Amino acid sequence: MSKPLKIVVLAKQVPDTRNVGKDAMKADGTVNRAALPAIFNPEDLNALEQALILKDMREGSTVQVLTMGPPRAADILRDAMFRGADGGILLTDRKFAGADTLATSYALSRALVKIQPDIIVAGRQAIDGDTAQVGPQVAEKLGIPQVTYAEEIVSLSDDNKEIIIKRRLDHGIEIVSSPLPLVVTVNGSAPECRPQHAKRVMKYKNARTPSELQEADNDYLNSLCACKEYLNIQEWSVADVDADDNQLGLAGSPTKVKQIENVVFQAKEAKRLTAADADINELMVELIASHTLG
Amino acid sequence: MNNIFVYCETEGGKIADVSLELMTKGRELADTLGCELEAVVIGHNLANVEKELAEYGADRIWVADDAQLDPYRTLPHSAILCGLFKEEHPQIALMGATPIGRDLGPRVSSTLHSGLTADCTSLVIGGHKDNKTGKEYTDLLYQIRPAFGGNIIATIINPECRPQMATVREGVMKKEKAAKPGKGELKTIDWKKYVNDADFAVKIIERQMEERKINVKGAPIIIAGGYGMGSKEGFKQLFELADVIGGEVGASRAAVDAGFADHARQIGQTGVTVRPKLYIACGISGQIQHTAGMDGSSMIISINTDPDAPINKIADYAITGDVNDVIPKMIKYYKQNSK
Repeated sequence: MSKPLKIVVLAKQVPDTRNVGKDAMKADGTVNRAALPAIFNPEDLNALEQALILKDMREGSTVQVLTMGPPRAADILRDAMFRGADGGILLTDRKFAGADTLATSYALSRALVKIQPDIIVAGRQAIDGDTAQVGPQVAEKLGIPQVTYAEEIVSLSDDNKEIIIKRRLDHGIEIVSSPLPLVVTVNGSAPECRPQHAKRVMKYKNARTPSELQEADNDYLNSLCACKEYLNIQEWSVADVDADDNQLGLAGSPTKVKQIENVVFQAKEAKRLTAADADINELMVELIASHTLG
Repeated sequence: MNNIFVYCETEGGKIADVSLELMTKGRELADTLGCELEAVVIGHNLANVEKELAEYGADRIWVADDAQLDPYRTLPHSAILCGLFKEEHPQIALMGATPIGRDLGPRVSSTLHSGLTADCTSLVIGGHKDNKTGKEYTDLLYQIRPAFGGNIIATIINPECRPQMATVREGVMKKEKAAKPGKGELKTIDWKKYVNDADFAVKIIERQMEERKINVKGAPIIIAGGYGMGSKEGFKQLFELADVIGGEVGASRAAVDAGFADHARQIGQTGVTVRPKLYIACGISGQIQHTAGMDGSSMIISINTDPDAPINKIADYAITGDVNDVIPKMIKYYKQNSK
């Protein structure tokens, strides 16, 4: 029988930049960040689904979700557990703050060295930065191959030595084989993640990180988490992953933000027309006269 | 030494447009900095690529030509690029924000511990003073890009680490032959010294690349549909109008995600950036992610049932009405009145 796999999903909690509604814009035309809900980065959910498909393929396999962020990022770990993940790890420490993609990748790679997974699956990119850099940089830090833009894990050899993956590129597809361990980054074109399962929600709704337990200061929760191992979301600091301070946070980030400019929506007066024949005809006359058409 | 390097992608031995666009930009930056422009081409059947690249201002062209190096694979290409950069010490390295550049760039930046900024929309040379240390820097590369879903524009710098790396999407920079060709010196990369057997562990089993028939980027007129078109059938009239007035059909991400149009037609932050002379937005609400890819159009006409759709804020003409009503009228008028 094939050996079970240790799978880790890299996930990020992000502000929902896709739904910048009217209330999300301040009067001066800038973004009101507080009005944006924090969500599970969409492509990380595609990644979670691929991980769960792999888990289904190999009996006894486990899926752990690893995220770096503030304490509230534990929300996406619970969400992942409701959908099928076995557990979560929150990498949180003030020293991680201000990290660019390289310092983030370093921190994640330190945690991964501790976990020693067979396969690491991540979303292609996060919607708050759209850089697509963390996956490949983590792979480089660990010295293992990367397969980016993955759409489907096609197969895995019985000895867990070779994985076949379909990649979706701008103008076509590529099917590649890679040895394990490796980092796979998953495209939004991959299948959507399975929804939360009612039984799993019941089972994991009280899952907490040590900080959350401390803050809640609730005897019932404390005793619950004390006797049920699966309710404990692990929380790792810099010391837990044996990371070098100089490579973390702002200090470990070669890129610096020099300037941030808010995009202001400028009101430009549009010429208003209706769908009436006369309006459309008038428009077409103008377009032809100005040689915009023809 | 300390020159500007552009990693040039190839398909079938031909240099990709995005790479030539970066050569054009690279030439301009090199002239500003008073340094040389060098191109790196890794692939197969690359005879004569140096001639074209010299026309785009390359002073030096580094070539690694071998069947094993084509098509692109992460590990051998990144090993070669890192090896070359360690010896040549470029101050700036540019590559396309394509599935290749966005796979390669981060890997190289991690190996060299150099900063990388993805999807830049503008690259400018400038100075910087660090307020904390008081240290002053000159001739840095300002890497300017939208972030936070396009709601902010950030200027990123890499004060200490080299090379300063950036990726740029296709169509964002102009492609133009240099006023004066570069020196065009051809250098063969002794690539085998950088690459080991393990770098070939990932194998390409199958590859199906489509011919790039759809050319939204180069079209002078674009008729783009959004989720408001309702269906794939709804897009048919856009193709009809495009056919009549000589344009190309584009789409918003929402329409592409809904399966109304092919991904190659997607315009916006996660698609192509276009600046046609006429852009007709049909049933597109105008989220910033979309407008970021088309607001440089010379003229914008929006057709939307919602008079308050955000697209109307950047439109020159805002038609409040049903696309199914308006488009046939435009087609009819044009057929009757054009020469």
